[in-house]
Amino acid sequence: MFKDRLHAGRPIKNRAALFPTMRSRLLFALFLVPVLAWAAGPPRVPDTLAQRLMACTLCHGQEGRATNAGYFPRIAGKPADYLYHQLLHFRDGRRNNAGMSYLLDHLSDAYLRDIAGHFAGLDLPYPPPQPPAAPPAELARGEALVRQGDAARELPACTACHGAALTGASPAVPGLLGLPRDYLIGQLGAWQTGLRQAFAPDCMAHVAKRLAPADVAAVSSWLAAQPVPADAHPAPPTREPLPLKCGLLPQVSGGVR
Amino acid sequence: MRFTPLRAALAVLLLACGVLAGAVWSELRSEALPDAAAWAPATPEQVARGAYLARAGNCMACHTARGGAAYAGGRSIATPFGAIVAGNLTPDPQTGLGRWSLEAFRRALHEGRSRDGHLLYPAFPYTHTTLMPDADVADLHAYLRSLPAVQQANRPHSLRFPYNTQSALAVWRLMHFEPGRFQPDPAQPAEWNRGAYLVNGPAHCAACHSERNALGGANGSYGASAMPDGRWLAPSLRDPQQAGVQPWAIDDIVALLQQGTAKSASVMGPMAEVVFHGTQHLRNEDLRAMAVYLQAVPVQPAPALEFKAADASQKALGEQLYQRHCVDCHGAQGQGAAGAYPPLAGNRAVTMALPVNAVQAILSGGFAPATAGHPQPYGMPPFRTLLRDTEVAALASFIRQSWGNQAGAVSSLDVQRLR
Repeated sequence: MFKDRLHAGRPIKNRAALFPTMRSRLLFALFLVPVLAWAAGPPRVPDTLAQRLMACTLCHGQEGRATNAGYFPRIAGKPADYLYHQLLHFRDGRRNNAGMSYLLDHLSDAYLRDIAGHFAGLDLPYPPPQPPAAPPAELARGEALVRQGDAARELPACTACHGAALTGASPAVPGLLGLPRDYLIGQLGAWQTGLRQAFAPDCMAHVAKRLAPADVAAVSSWLAAQPVPADAHPAPPTREPLPLKCGLLPQVSGGVR
Repeated sequence: MRFTPLRAALAVLLLACGVLAGAVWSELRSEALPDAAAWAPATPEQVARGAYLARAGNCMACHTARGGAAYAGGRSIATPFGAIVAGNLTPDPQTGLGRWSLEAFRRALHEGRSRDGHLLYPAFPYTHTTLMPDADVADLHAYLRSLPAVQQANRPHSLRFPYNTQSALAVWRLMHFEPGRFQPDPAQPAEWNRGAYLVNGPAHCAACHSERNALGGANGSYGASAMPDGRWLAPSLRDPQQAGVQPWAIDDIVALLQQGTAKSASVMGPMAEVVFHGTQHLRNEDLRAMAVYLQAVPVQPAPALEFKAADASQKALGEQLYQRHCVDCHGAQGQGAAGAYPPLAGNRAVTMALPVNAVQAILSGGFAPATAGHPQPYGMPPFRTLLRDTEVAALASFIRQSWGNQAGAVSSLDVQRLR
């Protein structure tokens, strides 16, 4: 800041011209003492959410973008309400991950909202997906389920809620791209067994329980193989009614915090 | 019959057994109290006072399951004797305290007996609530009665034999429990006495911050002790090298209890829960009183363990890991960053003789509690998934033996036990 101010206006060519007398040089040196003392003190860290949330990005990848391997999902760019709901679910036991629960245990609703807003607001380039390991027939089956669903089994298409581009929809439907295959399989399985829950009525549990194990593998393989588009923002809130009724944040959540 | 030493010893032994049996029998003998007839109407002020005491005691922390209805019970507490499940305190007549008269509630807090007369496990800290005067008990009862009734049946405890028997509990009580109200010390100022009451009564600090014997009996003396699940260590409040605040200014002690952070120290683990749900909601004058009392707790250094130096290769690995993962926040000299990251040089959680909390912090990371006075704490990532046991041990050893820190090396086995 000091540097900018000194250099504002005209360029400084001659330092002696700026401090022509011995006294002014001495005064400047005296002025420097506290500045240098401050600089030599304990390091200051940026007063930003990004700095505060380095706790998240060790696992979720630089700035929350996730890697194209492993298990941890990307969180950057997902809809803010979706992320906020997941933070509440972890803290309040509707999703099960001991590490996540411990991290969030003593954080307020207000801070969780700030955290969700921070990651939702990020707009990051993504690495290309891993080449799919699944056979073409499985990928075709996955794509068909994602894009068309299966009316005979009352399975809606993923795109019906998660957006034609699968980047989710504001304010609370997540995008499905940029997620590792293991993570996708883990989530669908957790919904089938009740380990992962959402606010009632839990529409994803309803969908997941209609999927056969081969469906879960096919859908996850195909989704994990798709690149994240350059514009990964969630679609605007849909005016069409969703194929299923999904729960929203209750007005009083648990009444605990 | 001839008198022999053997016979005399047998007689004494029999007599002792008889006395013990009598004492146990008298502990077990207790009557059920009748259903609450009609509760005396409570004033809003009384309910507010009770709510405040419930905050001071952080009753909710144990009596609420994760994500469950407040005070409806269901949280399971792992202890060395098995798991104890906290009960439903809401006024539901079938599953909660709906049929508890004030007298039954008072007897539970003062004597550790349930409404039907059976003995309660001291995970419910009646060893502390016994100090509460009748008026405070009535206020707390009024508050719990004002809660929405939640029908949620209590899950049974799963304690091992013999700890699951009432007789074992009776023996424990004979050894470790003395009912009695708080008696102020006339030689001390009123503020100290208020602090003594809060700390030893409703806030039950020494339920964790106290040495415990093999039977789980606490001596209430603020020494260090493992938490019941063994995952964290409640540091000694007598030892300024641990959590003793004798050299601290009163304002700093208040800030720690109110904001969760002070003097570049932060609360973590179970104490973060205490601050988040409990102490941050207490009035300034009460926090001051607690600070005055805690500051005056007599100093008694914890016994030192034999110093074990890390070997060169362990320390080299630790330093390498520190440079890769820790240095950006905690600094090249372990000096931390003001207002954000605690220093590690001279950090009491780092240098405690037992490395439990240091290792736990590396494994679990965490945030200081988000309090009204400190709403957006900086976080530390959990390294559980990234680092192996040997690496965590090396990193902990390096931190414990750098920048003037002089604490024993950590082994992979220490880490494995806590993972």
